[in-house]
Amino acid sequence: MQYEAVIGLEIHVQINTRTKTFCRCSTEFGAPPNTHTCPVCLGLPGALPVLNEEVIKKGITAGLALNCRVAKYSIFARKNYFYPDLPKAYQISQYALPINGPGRVKLVRPGGKEKWIGITRAHLEEDAGKLVHDEAPRGPSYVDFNRCGVPLLEIVTEPDIRTPDDAYLFLTAIKEIMQYTGVSECNMEKGELRVDVNISMREAGKDSYGVKQEIKNMNSFANVKRALEYEIKRQTRLLRSGEVLTQQTRLFDPNKNATVPMRTKEEAHDYRYFPDPDLVPVVLTSEEISMLREELPELPDRRRKRFVEEYNLTEYDAVNICSSLSTANYFEEAVRDYKQPKKIANWILTELLRYLNEQKIDIDQCLVTPAMLKELFDIMDSGVISGKIGKDVFTEMMSSGKRAGAIVEQKGLKQVSDTGKLEGVVDEVLSEHGNVVADYLGGKQKAFGFLVGQVMKKTKGKANPKLVNELLNQKIGGSDDLEQ
Amino acid sequence: MSGLNTETIASLREPLRKGDIDTFDIVNDIKRAIDQDAQHVQPLNAYIRFDMDLIGREIEESKARQPALRDTLLGGVPIAVKDLINVMGGTTTCASNILREYVSPYDATAVQNMKRCGGIPAGKLNMDEFGRGSSNENSAFGVVGNPFNRSKIPGGSSGGAACAVAADLAIAALGSDTGGSIRQPASMCGVFGIKPTYGRVSRYGLVAYASSLDQIGTSAKTVADGALLLEAISGHDVCDSTSAREAVPRFSEYVGREIKGLRIGIPDEYFGEGLDEEVRNCIHRGIKVLEEAGARIRKISLKYTRYAIATYYIIATAEASSNLARFDGIRYGTRSVETDDLIDLYHENRSKGFGEEVKRRILLGTFTLSSGYYDAYYLKAQKARTLVQRDFHDAFREVDLIVTPVSPIPAWDIGVMVDDPLQMYLADVYTVPVNLAGLPGASVPCGRTADGLPVGLQLIAPLFREDEIFRAASVVEEGFDAV
Repeated sequence: MQYEAVIGLEIHVQINTRTKTFCRCSTEFGAPPNTHTCPVCLGLPGALPVLNEEVIKKGITAGLALNCRVAKYSIFARKNYFYPDLPKAYQISQYALPINGPGRVKLVRPGGKEKWIGITRAHLEEDAGKLVHDEAPRGPSYVDFNRCGVPLLEIVTEPDIRTPDDAYLFLTAIKEIMQYTGVSECNMEKGELRVDVNISMREAGKDSYGVKQEIKNMNSFANVKRALEYEIKRQTRLLRSGEVLTQQTRLFDPNKNATVPMRTKEEAHDYRYFPDPDLVPVVLTSEEISMLREELPELPDRRRKRFVEEYNLTEYDAVNICSSLSTANYFEEAVRDYKQPKKIANWILTELLRYLNEQKIDIDQCLVTPAMLKELFDIMDSGVISGKIGKDVFTEMMSSGKRAGAIVEQKGLKQVSDTGKLEGVVDEVLSEHGNVVADYLGGKQKAFGFLVGQVMKKTKGKANPKLVNELLNQKIGGSDDLEQ
Repeated sequence: MSGLNTETIASLREPLRKGDIDTFDIVNDIKRAIDQDAQHVQPLNAYIRFDMDLIGREIEESKARQPALRDTLLGGVPIAVKDLINVMGGTTTCASNILREYVSPYDATAVQNMKRCGGIPAGKLNMDEFGRGSSNENSAFGVVGNPFNRSKIPGGSSGGAACAVAADLAIAALGSDTGGSIRQPASMCGVFGIKPTYGRVSRYGLVAYASSLDQIGTSAKTVADGALLLEAISGHDVCDSTSAREAVPRFSEYVGREIKGLRIGIPDEYFGEGLDEEVRNCIHRGIKVLEEAGARIRKISLKYTRYAIATYYIIATAEASSNLARFDGIRYGTRSVETDDLIDLYHENRSKGFGEEVKRRILLGTFTLSSGYYDAYYLKAQKARTLVQRDFHDAFREVDLIVTPVSPIPAWDIGVMVDDPLQMYLADVYTVPVNLAGLPGASVPCGRTADGLPVGLQLIAPLFREDEIFRAASVVEEGFDAV
């Protein structure tokens, strides 16, 4: 029997605001424990929450970008449960009447095939604190409330996803949208995006659902994919052997590359949701919603299309350039006054990203500004340096922050385009490698490339390759096939 | 010789302003009266803490902060505070073991406002634990007595407030009222007590019982004092989303104004079965006083009154179950034992930390919010609440003020209703509808029973019309003073 996976995701995205959801404490990451706290986020007796308007604005912006129906009337509810990281013993969240109702998001598979994934809702809630357990056995546990009250958007999808690859693509799409709209930086290391997945298996083609397994709290897309792949295998194997699955909450262990059942001490939760009487309903007018809609920036999908049309990028390059807002912005700024955007796109996707990956830095921290990159291209285009030298110059730019022109000048990297000077070198090479010349004249085309290489070597790469080709052709004649 | 403790805010302002007396003199006299009461075989036990060092510090700080303290609205008068309201630096116990040593790091907004107006927080008053109770028998710090008969209850939950004010152990007090907690004890102790409109006074810093019903108000010896103190603490607060952006009138200016032509409604439903005859007679005399002063009395109907108790106890306990969940003894408060297990720790701390009545209400509220019961209880109660609100709204199209009894019975003997919580809940029948509707309500003394127990008359006004209450209350006050 053939089985297919039915996958739904719950994505927690940290909303990028200066202060917390219900108090004025800073949301800044990495402060000493419990320094960003006050009576409100510590849940001290008598303290009351007051909603941060920025959270609502960004929440709506996110909803609009996810094609959600934004509610004109929404309320906050209390989700009641006991845990030491939850100082009020309830989380302020949204249950009935969330801010964002149904929506949908498009994912584009490699090759361009598209699929729409339904969004059930995207609601606002506050984060909990963080427990830190002493490593010593029976050691103490600590709790840091700096994160407590930080705003989150929980995006819940319909069970529309069928493969781990699509789940991965969907998460990428969500991350892009959140970054483009400024709702979240989605910095995974800081835990700004966390994913729970629900997965069940059913007979392919059937409409009914199987028993779902929940895998909680993953902060890497690759792990989500691996967890789903593992679950598909595990569940299929169990179903094939005739076992009946029970609903379970599991965790993904990246070291074992497997999901394991979560220790469930607290039994089944009844969260006893009810509207939080400390907060008033959020009431919006059509005008307020339209205004935020008008302020929506260009979204990744639209931008990709535009990059293909306007800059002649391939679909593949456009997808890669646009996968990060800062990269897309960088690209667009670099090509503003440049006639061959495709060349710069290639450079960004190869040279620039490789360097950033090696140095583990962000494009925003890169010392080479888009204008500086464009200058490098102008210098290469004018023939002052070759593409090969260009790569060296670029590396130097990235590490020193110096301009291309200055580096070329200082290091004397200008291409030798003086025919007289080059002719001498070419003659030298020809006389030193008489046998190769003979090979070439005997019909061995590859030998030509060797000779070009020798000239470049003697000039330490500074010879203008086009000129070298021309000279060699003149001297040993024949080939139109100019190798670069 | 009677000390300064027997005075009122109004009577102390002038000598304070002139410099004839100092706040310390008043506090010393209060302290002497409290100490004297403590010698009694049955002390009133109105305070949980009356910490002279702390009060002294408050006085010094106020003087340093406000050079013109004596020209402020309250002029440096000490005000006692129910121990459910946070005052920075001292304990806020909520009359519970779980917070026995809890020290608040901040002032409630009402306390801040009061300080700004020259009020000095002086002493934390006894009460029913976390405000849950109608008799002040549910305190981890002991039962409070009724100054008119020490074997009777003072009412609750702000029993300490009414008792202290009535017994001249305080000049005036801040209390809180969720279902009658200011009005009912005011009625039983013969003082003036007002619960303003929901949202009039910020709840920030008031330890929540039922968030959608709680409201801070005042207990005072006179209507004028009640008005002055309420004026001081009222106003919009950015720290409380449910606080109203309404302008605050000079309430004290309405005290003593005539009420000619004021339309007063008497709801049939508040004078039915269960109303003590003596109480009924007192209220009728009160109505007569109002009528003689020119008010036009007419009968009205508030037909959803009979659902109010059930509605109230579902909503209040549901909210309470959630509001009290934070008291787990882990971050603050009393941690009863060391255990290895988190769930055991919760069980231990909460089982030992809370009293019986609090536990009863947490369990009730947890039940009504549980999945499968939510619609039948909580949601239905919210609908009934809307009907109760509409009832009042309709009535206020015809009348300016509604007059009812506060409690169906005068103060009862300590201990008699402890084993019959349901009977005790029913005693809130006339006060809870006011909280459900968010309306302002007050209790003003209107005579006594043959046994000498005070009876209060309840005045209910439309939203934000406390001014009408003060007008009418001062007429009743004057009428009974003359008697």
